[in-house]
Amino acid sequence: MTRRTSNSLTDDLLRPVLETSTKFYVTTALLALIVAAGFGTWFYQIYFGLGVTGDNWPVFWGLHETNFVFWIGISHAGTLISAILRIVNATWRRPVTRCAEVITAFALMIGALFPLIHLGRPWLAWWLIPYPSERLLWPNYRSPLVWDFFAINTYLLSSLLFLALPAIPDFALIRDRTTGWRNWFYGKLSLGWQGTPKQWHRLESAMHMMALAIIPIAISVHTIVSFDFSMAVVPMWHSTIFGPYFVVGAIFSGIAALNIVMAIVRKALHLEKYLQPIHFRNLGKLMLAMSLLWGYFVFNERLVTWYGNTPHEMAALWSTQMGRYSPLFWTMIVCNFVLPFPLLTIRKLRSITATVIASCGVVVGMWLERFLIIVPSLSYKGTPYSWGAYLPRWPEIVIFSSSFAAMALLYLLFSKFIPIISIWEMKVGEHPHIKVAAEVQEAEAAGELI
Amino acid sequence: MTGVYGLFSTPELAQEAVDGLRASGVPDHEITIQSSEPLEEYAFGSRDRDTLMPWIAVLGAAIGMATGYFLTSITQQAWPISTGGMPIVTNWSNLIIIFELTMLGAVFASVITLMFSARLPRRLPKFYDREISNGKILIGVADPKEIDRVEHALRESSGGVRKMELQR
Repeated sequence: MTRRTSNSLTDDLLRPVLETSTKFYVTTALLALIVAAGFGTWFYQIYFGLGVTGDNWPVFWGLHETNFVFWIGISHAGTLISAILRIVNATWRRPVTRCAEVITAFALMIGALFPLIHLGRPWLAWWLIPYPSERLLWPNYRSPLVWDFFAINTYLLSSLLFLALPAIPDFALIRDRTTGWRNWFYGKLSLGWQGTPKQWHRLESAMHMMALAIIPIAISVHTIVSFDFSMAVVPMWHSTIFGPYFVVGAIFSGIAALNIVMAIVRKALHLEKYLQPIHFRNLGKLMLAMSLLWGYFVFNERLVTWYGNTPHEMAALWSTQMGRYSPLFWTMIVCNFVLPFPLLTIRKLRSITATVIASCGVVVGMWLERFLIIVPSLSYKGTPYSWGAYLPRWPEIVIFSSSFAAMALLYLLFSKFIPIISIWEMKVGEHPHIKVAAEVQEAEAAGELI
Repeated sequence: MTGVYGLFSTPELAQEAVDGLRASGVPDHEITIQSSEPLEEYAFGSRDRDTLMPWIAVLGAAIGMATGYFLTSITQQAWPISTGGMPIVTNWSNLIIIFELTMLGAVFASVITLMFSARLPRRLPKFYDREISNGKILIGVADPKEIDRVEHALRESSGGVRKMELQR
């Protein structure tokens, strides 16, 4: 790679970090305001109690739990996809990986907050942490909620390390190109990185080892989230396919979120040269595969329930097919299957815009799917006299909306302090033999090589 | 103590410089190489590849697994809780905690090995040039025994040699 190319790449990718526009401050302020409204509503809910939400007998898990599962699902985009692409050495991954890993870190943080929000007394959340308390109460390791604690924290810690380690050389780059507080700040973050062959090799080895470990961790996380439901004898929850069904749904929604984020980052930070149509095309193919798998699991789940024909399960099933929740169910089918299928299969339609439209549909559809897994089953739990309905109230809706603003705000701040595309990995991608391999892959993807 | 180094625009020139230094009798471990990207396809960038990291990760996983096993089973025996007719030590459900801690052990072991073997964190050594961030590759020798021979070897490849006073 020539020095000029290297410098122009570095300049392009460092620009969002080193230059700040008025738009950045305005957007940050607006998002912070929405997040503050969310926190305010949470305090209101703590003060007046969970009675201010729509949670009531028999549906005690409403929007907060839906959001928990939704955000944990979204988190599957990043680290898992990045780890898989790293292991198979997909050359096109380079601009995508950090964009994706950031989603994982923040989506997990936001997702993990929802069980706390759903607690009547969130200050007692630390009772989940395994240590011998004065009351001699240790967590019950048979409880899926304790499994959640271990799985989510393992994934969060691993994902943060997976995100932070490859950022060290980029911190060193910023350290060398800045003065003043930035030089000091990035100097500390770069940990004295010099870029010796030994350091590079150890970094790549560690990333490889972590990628190998993170794939099963990611799969386990959403399997364990599915156990929150499938371990309970509740209609349509007590199912053996819930583990893989949730994992597929999580990867599906994660890829959709990644496409949307990449499209926004591409436009807002002027990174069109780096986030190219091939990245959206390849992620679109993955999303299509996940859409088909998701459809297969939905069919399985519903066929077996219908064939079993037990009264309480049929009540929950029919409420989503033809009853109270059917508009949501059919919207979900359109968003997750009918909309993305033509947009991602017909070559003429495939474009960045089409992929983003399909992705928006999938994000909406997957949120509805989480809602439809939780609420109708609880509505028809037990004997008919205890059946009931659920409607969210404004505190849940405000908190739900502010979680999206929190995601956008955290992402915005991250991209202000850390290059959203890994600079050194992009430079490696520009090495002559790797560039040729990337061009061959791109030609194959475009159908130019047969 | 003086550091002598050259800054090279391309990996090919850097390789020539390293070859020149070797030819002039400088042992490999005394040659300092720094770059802003990994250059493992070149001989100079692929040294120091031997690492025990995979084995240490396996060891970390084993420690994590043992921690998970003892944490769950000892707790359950020390504070028995009867849940849904399950035995007091429930190995099936404990496998979930054991699995998570096994993986966490492997991840932590990899990161700790990286930190130790790459000597991070540390103060940025004096023998360093900010030009590296502009794509240059630094090849040099800290405190060479024969400065003239090192300078000659570097000058042949880069045309420019820099010196730096390093603290003892």
